[in-house]
Amino acid sequence: MTVDADSGIAPTAVAPQWRRLSPRMLAVHPVQETLRALPALLIAFVAGRSSGNGGLWGLFGVVVTVGLGVLRWATTSYRVGVDQVQVRRGFVRRRVLSIPRDRVRTVDITAHPLHRLLGLVRITVGTGQSDRKEGLRLDGLTAAEGDRLRVELLHRGAAVATVEPEATTGSVATGGVVAGGVAAAPAPAETVLASMRPGWVWYGPFTLSGLVTIGVVAGFVYRLANEAHVNPGRFGPLRAISHQLSRVPLGIAIGEVALAVLVFVAVASTVGYVVAFWGFRLSRQDTGTLHMTRGLLTTRATTIEERRLRGVELSEPLLLRAVGGARCIAIATGLRVGRGAERGGTLLLPPAPRAEAIRVAADVLGDPHPLTVELTGHGLRAARRRYLRALEVAAVLPAGLALLWWLAGWPGWAPLVALVVLPVAAALAADRVRSLGHAISGGHLVVRQGSVVRRRYALAREGIIGWHLRQSIFQRRAGVVTVIATTAAGRQHYSLLDVPVDLSVPVVAEATPGLLDPFLIVG
Amino acid sequence: MTSDGGTIDGGTTDGGTTDGGTADGGTADGEAASVMRLRPPRHRVSRRAIWYWTVRAAVGWLVPLAAQVVWLLSDLSNPAPHVLWLVVTVLVAAVHVVVMPQWRFRVHRWETTAEAVYTQAGWLNQSRRIAPVSRIQTVDTARGPIEQLFGLTNVTVTTASAAGPLKIDGLDHETAQRLVDELTTTTQAHPGDAT
Repeated sequence: MTVDADSGIAPTAVAPQWRRLSPRMLAVHPVQETLRALPALLIAFVAGRSSGNGGLWGLFGVVVTVGLGVLRWATTSYRVGVDQVQVRRGFVRRRVLSIPRDRVRTVDITAHPLHRLLGLVRITVGTGQSDRKEGLRLDGLTAAEGDRLRVELLHRGAAVATVEPEATTGSVATGGVVAGGVAAAPAPAETVLASMRPGWVWYGPFTLSGLVTIGVVAGFVYRLANEAHVNPGRFGPLRAISHQLSRVPLGIAIGEVALAVLVFVAVASTVGYVVAFWGFRLSRQDTGTLHMTRGLLTTRATTIEERRLRGVELSEPLLLRAVGGARCIAIATGLRVGRGAERGGTLLLPPAPRAEAIRVAADVLGDPHPLTVELTGHGLRAARRRYLRALEVAAVLPAGLALLWWLAGWPGWAPLVALVVLPVAAALAADRVRSLGHAISGGHLVVRQGSVVRRRYALAREGIIGWHLRQSIFQRRAGVVTVIATTAAGRQHYSLLDVPVDLSVPVVAEATPGLLDPFLIVG
Repeated sequence: MTSDGGTIDGGTTDGGTTDGGTADGGTADGEAASVMRLRPPRHRVSRRAIWYWTVRAAVGWLVPLAAQVVWLLSDLSNPAPHVLWLVVTVLVAAVHVVVMPQWRFRVHRWETTAEAVYTQAGWLNQSRRIAPVSRIQTVDTARGPIEQLFGLTNVTVTTASAAGPLKIDGLDHETAQRLVDELTTTTQAHPGDAT
């Protein structure tokens, strides 16, 4: 084992010490707990006020949460051994969580504003599929300690492999070709692959992440109003709005509400974009890791080992595609694609210009061809199935309304108006047909599909660990087959929809040479 | 084609290449002369699996039938529609119970070589799965209560992908045991974490 003199890390001793969170966390935990319990506390306070001792209950609640925070600090400790990382926590039920170090896939460092004020971070160690909510999470290390831990956990293998520890050659990364990268930050040898430009905020409104905000706010208000027995009608502004709406004709009222919602979603989405992705920066470190940092208030830094990278996904939601944007997601083993704007920490590039997304994806793959290669379409029969499926689903609405008109005397214009969905469905189907395709480009299997969210996957051929060829009875009649490549990375399986049977076997044979040979008949 | 190094040979009923007319992937209209095609796996599962599938389907149908009988008994004043539905259910169930197991038996096949495991399953919807032996993580066997009745065993081969277990239903015990032994031996020859 070599000693990485640069950052002063010695390989951990045989019997490592149990380490504690920073005592500064004593100031953060209670506040955090109080904030988390705020809705409950508010409710307790409001509900208690009517019975006369709300203040007392509120105080009691605060004391309990503060006490829990202190207890958490006092009972949490961790250590990094030669083979294992261990976290010990719990007061009544003492638990020791051990994770083999070679299972560590990602290290996430986040810091919300209060953390940042005190120079603290929260570190989350990802081990892939068996991730539980609590996982290995240490809330409240000093920033320096957090960084040290990250390097310790992820770069051990690389540090052993690298003979010269002080390689500051600048732009040479272990992964291979780095095109168009800007050399920066001299201290650890790294190459910046992308950094956010203010112009990208323009894509914010088109992410529609504001819809989620509306949902959350509405849910919170509803709960508060419900549990604390507050009548929203009592609030002046709300009453004025509903009064105004009831005076104008229905059409205009609907228009006004729609406009208000639209503006709110756009603003909330933009704010959400800025808060989540401000200062985004993706870099490749010459220890064989990809490093992402971002965040305006809460900062987040994610590190992925490149040896676990199995490809890249380029995704273009319809609205974003309309304005020429795209985002980029990593396909890595042990890293499931999550939900939400951050995709569970697999996001390589937030919504940005398409050309930029393609450049970043190409840099990460080390090969630009999978992103630009011409795809083989799946032909007429696949197209027919796209149209059939879209129209079948779309026909349900007018048919249902017609049935209600016939049986239950609903207005006769409703099914006619509902016929509008048919051309919309046809347009979506046409777009899906245009998207559908596959190719094999160098070391990657490339698949593209989808309309509402169009995705292009470039999956490393050596990352494919099995095939699944599936045919429904209708597909058998149409002579097409869904070819699914299974993998341990990302979404776990990537499908080629409705490939003509004659095309399907050559694709599999080319992607994984030799695997099919014993099972082939030629003729 | 002769990579039969570690193939289990016909422990099951008919080991030969019975190129069943079933499921040869799509409408076979050989336009081009040199089209690559995938042949079905070599081995069939145990013939007793037909009975297993029959019993399993029949048991499954008992639930809706029982519900309908109860419904009928609780509303004897107007039995006609209930009886009609009951008859329809019985007919559908009968067709399913008779046709499905035969169809399945023609489809379900499996094969292993030194390099890969290849399975075919389903009836209305059919699927073929192929996994390289080098990527196998675990090989499990399981016997449900009905399967034990017919002396059958399931073998499940998993890879590191959550989307990719290969299941071979309805093998007889000896074949299953030999398959597991063989796979564990060949898998051990491949180091690495198979991702």
